[in-house]
Amino acid sequence: MRDAISDPIELPDPQSDASIGVLKQSMSPKKMALKRFVNHRAALLSTIVLVMIIIFVAAAPITTRYGVNETIFPASDGPNQNLAPFNLAWFGTDGNGRDLYSRIIYGAQISMLIGLFTAIGSVLLGTLVGGLAGYKGGWLDDILMRVTDIFLALPLLVVLVIVRGMLKNVSWVSTIMGDPNSVRFLVILLTIIGWMGVARLIRGQVKQLKEREFVEAARALGATSKRIMFRHLLPNSVGQIMVALTFAVVGAIAAEATLSFFGYGPDAGSGMTSLGLLIRDSKRAVPPGYWWLVVFPGVFFIILSLCINFIGDGLRDAVDPKMQQDLK
Amino acid sequence: MLRFIVRRLLWAIPTLFIVTFVVYCALRLATNPLASYARANPRIAKQPEKMAQYIEENGLWPGITGYIRGYFLWLRGFLTGNWQVSIKGSRPVWPNLKDALINTLRLGIMASIVGISIGLALGIFAALKPGRLRDTAVNTGALIGFSIQPFISAVLLQLFFAVQWAKWFGEPLLPTSGMYPPGHTGFDPVLMLKYMILPVIVVSIQTVAAYSRYMRASLLDVLNSDYLRTARSKGISERRVLVKHALRNAMVPIVTLAALDVGAIVGGLIISEAIFEYPGMGMFFLTAESNGDFPELMPWMVIVTSSVILFNLLADLAYAWLDPRIRLD
Repeated sequence: MRDAISDPIELPDPQSDASIGVLKQSMSPKKMALKRFVNHRAALLSTIVLVMIIIFVAAAPITTRYGVNETIFPASDGPNQNLAPFNLAWFGTDGNGRDLYSRIIYGAQISMLIGLFTAIGSVLLGTLVGGLAGYKGGWLDDILMRVTDIFLALPLLVVLVIVRGMLKNVSWVSTIMGDPNSVRFLVILLTIIGWMGVARLIRGQVKQLKEREFVEAARALGATSKRIMFRHLLPNSVGQIMVALTFAVVGAIAAEATLSFFGYGPDAGSGMTSLGLLIRDSKRAVPPGYWWLVVFPGVFFIILSLCINFIGDGLRDAVDPKMQQDLK
Repeated sequence: MLRFIVRRLLWAIPTLFIVTFVVYCALRLATNPLASYARANPRIAKQPEKMAQYIEENGLWPGITGYIRGYFLWLRGFLTGNWQVSIKGSRPVWPNLKDALINTLRLGIMASIVGISIGLALGIFAALKPGRLRDTAVNTGALIGFSIQPFISAVLLQLFFAVQWAKWFGEPLLPTSGMYPPGHTGFDPVLMLKYMILPVIVVSIQTVAAYSRYMRASLLDVLNSDYLRTARSKGISERRVLVKHALRNAMVPIVTLAALDVGAIVGGLIISEAIFEYPGMGMFFLTAESNGDFPELMPWMVIVTSSVILFNLLADLAYAWLDPRIRLD
């Protein structure tokens, strides 16, 4: 396969004794996947950058210079609003005289938490539903495919806004999900939409796996459905689940930003912010030409999603079953 | 083939009814039309008999049976052309919706043509030399494109081409909002094109990224196939192999995907439209949603969902027609 060139796999050196018989050290599928991932240079670099971003963001009070809602100096000491980057505020200040650099870090904290929790929720729900539908087939599978077909084809923002409106107007929901502008509400809302993509991916994977010989062998040995699912299908889908998780994180962060951009995001009342809210503010900074308010949040957002996308891409290449067949 | 088409068409009709019913219930819950009406007409809201009359006229009864009865009342009005008037301003809905639809189609079709053709070209370019520099460059570029959300590229482009450009060179290079300058009347294609450049770029970025990857994957699949080796081994030129055998077959899945994407255009440009204040379906939706305007949102959703269902059907048909290996029954 020509495609394999893009992903160099070490073949045994014809001179060494490894090529005469078996490989000296046989590699487990996990090791092979890890090796392929490390060989994906962009993915490796992105992992390093992402880990750095995570450390930086997690250590927020140490790495930031001002509080999230703190002005760089009191307005009585002179104008502090919309200042271009200078030594007191590396990324400039916003319309309230707050340090943009610190606010990006605090915003990233919220956005990444929303992304992570949503992704975990979506992957748990999606794996459960997708796995069951793929394994059992029948009406469950049919309903899943029909429902997700329509939901995934509709514009995401429309679905989010309408579902949000529905949840907001049903009284008992608010006792579980809280205020429509809270982070909890947003995470649950994004999970309600986000699991569908994951379910379709896992369904496909399970459908493929359950026809394989080892599952047939297990069934012939009398294994129960539960055992087959948890001991055979699930461990063999871990790679795909990881890929789904990665893309779910980036999807959730983008969805949060989209919602915030249109004013449906988390409430910024107490000065709390998110990347989406910062990007929404950047729209107002365009006409007066406060370029720092536009460029820094935007570029940070692009770098963050690029890193996660590259990692997802690398993971997908690493666990792609097609590639595994090439190795044989 | 005919049987297949007829069967799929027959399936599409009940799907459409079920979907519109679900949308009806969802929208009634989400927008709460009665509350929106009371908000828009505070004086009428104080008169219970007038409100009761509004409920009866528009079928806004509560409860499950109320929703079902309301749906059929709405459906009859919709199909016979007696559409409910909008809550805000009590205007007929169709004239504005029609203009929005035409504007969105204009933008969407242009962006699709630009985006898909560039994407396909890049994908072919990459697939011809897999693993080489160009392949890596196209792949990396596609991932970068995926990571640039439309609202970010839109504000960055606005900042650069309008505000900063004006600072450096005296006047903005490209207009950043609307379809025509304020006060303009009549049809002026050159001016309109100028106003569409930035929205088209924003919408195309993700299209280019997606299609370059689809095309690359699809073409590589075909290039590695046995029948292509056969074609080569019978001695025809590489060019002929590529054009006649490889590209034609590689296009089969792409056509299907393109049909699905075109179906999603109608409602899918909300973000770019909102930022560039382009008076299309997206702006229509956002305005109607903020007013809780159920009579405006319902036809909007019907158009968007039927477009999705219709193009889903077309995609299936195209796939069956283009790929003779697919059995129709």
